Amino acid sequence: MSAPLLNVGDLQAWYGESHVLHGVNMTVAEGETVCILGRNGMGKTTTLRTIMGILRKRTGRIEFAGRDMMGVPLHHTARAGLGFVPEERGIFASLSVEENLMLPPKVAEGGMSVDEIYELFPNLRERRNSQGTKLSGGEQQMLAMARILRTGARCLLLDEPTEGLAPVIIDAIGEVLKKLKSRGMTVVLVEQNFRFAAKVADRFYLMDHGRMTAEFPVAGLPAQMDMLHRELGV
Amino acid sequence: MTMIFGVPVQALMGQLLVGLINGSFYALLSLGLAVIFGLLRVINFAHGAQYMLGAFVALLLLTVGGINYWLALILAPLIVGLFAALVEKTMLSRLYRLDPLYGLLFTFGLALAIEGTFRWFFGASGKPYAPPSQLTGAVNLGFMFLPVYRGWVVIASLAVCLGVWLLIERTRLGAYLRAATENPVLVQAFGVNVPLLLTLTYALGAGLAGFAGVLAAPVYQVSPLMGSNLIIIVFAVVVVGGMGSILGAIVTGYLLGVVEGLTKVFYPEASNIVIFVIMAIVLILRPAGLFGKDA
Repeated sequence: MSAPLLNVGDLQAWYGESHVLHGVNMTVAEGETVCILGRNGMGKTTTLRTIMGILRKRTGRIEFAGRDMMGVPLHHTARAGLGFVPEERGIFASLSVEENLMLPPKVAEGGMSVDEIYELFPNLRERRNSQGTKLSGGEQQMLAMARILRTGARCLLLDEPTEGLAPVIIDAIGEVLKKLKSRGMTVVLVEQNFRFAAKVADRFYLMDHGRMTAEFPVAGLPAQMDMLHRELGV
Repeated sequence: MTMIFGVPVQALMGQLLVGLINGSFYALLSLGLAVIFGLLRVINFAHGAQYMLGAFVALLLLTVGGINYWLALILAPLIVGLFAALVEKTMLSRLYRLDPLYGLLFTFGLALAIEGTFRWFFGASGKPYAPPSQLTGAVNLGFMFLPVYRGWVVIASLAVCLGVWLLIERTRLGAYLRAATENPVLVQAFGVNVPLLLTLTYALGAGLAGFAGVLAAPVYQVSPLMGSNLIIIVFAVVVVGGMGSILGAIVTGYLLGVVEGLTKVFYPEASNIVIFVIMAIVLILRPAGLFGKDA
């Protein structure tokens, strides 16, 4: 097996004095969709924020495309090819939909063109001159993903994309993720919606109290159901 | 003699013009303050000192370097902006993570240090700066004589305010600035060099103050304390317009200048406090300011 695109080893992180990640180990291969499952407050979002470099009080190892990311300043992380879609979506109220879409600078060739994006998300084209936060929750989630797809990022860190959305929108997001996968995009997905994750992910990590406690491929899912029901309370 | 509300037209128009001129400076200065506060969350008490620096740089360029007004109008804001960038990079940027009070105290101290230094070398009295020969004299408007330089101040400040507004609202750099004002961490995670953006923004705000200083040099005299006299009023303008609101700062600047001018005609005794009375009323009725978003 070739070297993983993203390689995280013994990652520890702190919010102030509070120790929140206790040695996270995970690898993600190029083109793979990996999903981190876990209950609220177990460190899933923190793992993404720490990999992205937003949380700076951290030790351990983060390698992306063979490059050590620990000393890389936050504004250079995106240029290495990591794209971040935050849980709260982070749509800017003082920017129009199109300005939001065009905001993140291009980091590499191979990103989607604006036309391709509008084809994938027709609603965004219709509403491109509206204020970003006037969009519905589902449209805001689409926009948050779309603006990263434009940049040419190789790996998408996607935090709870289905949270609070209607089933039909969740299906649409699932379709988008499958399309991205067919284009070779690598995705690290944090998700509480287990049924959704089962449709899009290749491999799962289960997170508990700041570390990964289980890892299994999507094929191994049926065998893990009892354990997951117990751990996640679904 | 023609009268309006029992006041001679000449007097009314004269004070309206004075109000518009003062408003031009209020608008330029409060615009810079609003841009800086919006992104850096720093209340820039050094703004008056940076305005004074602009005027002094123009004066020194002329007396020492023989550089004329028109070049100074470009060079002085650049020099003030460069100085501000240096201050931000080496000192102010270290305070962002601390309580906002530190930024306020630092810029207040900076203002005292700059003004003290200039008083030491140049004394407290004002020095004249002659307007450029192209802008001397007056035009007869029929109902009053308009000194050409004063008309120029209004036009130049309007043009610069409009330019800055377009820069912020219509360009990519402006979109970075607006987005970073809302959520700097996310904008940086997208790959924008936010620390550099902060430096540029502080330099832009200070440069605007410097530009106002050069414009003001021929109108008022150039003195080390010219900024500290003005800055308190400008803070009131920013509060009335709404902290961090770009359009609010510009519109309120001109508006309050005119209101102050008209007060001089109708009730001169109140002209020094009218802006602060308006500020108090606005704070009671609309605490976020006229153009501010309700928190």
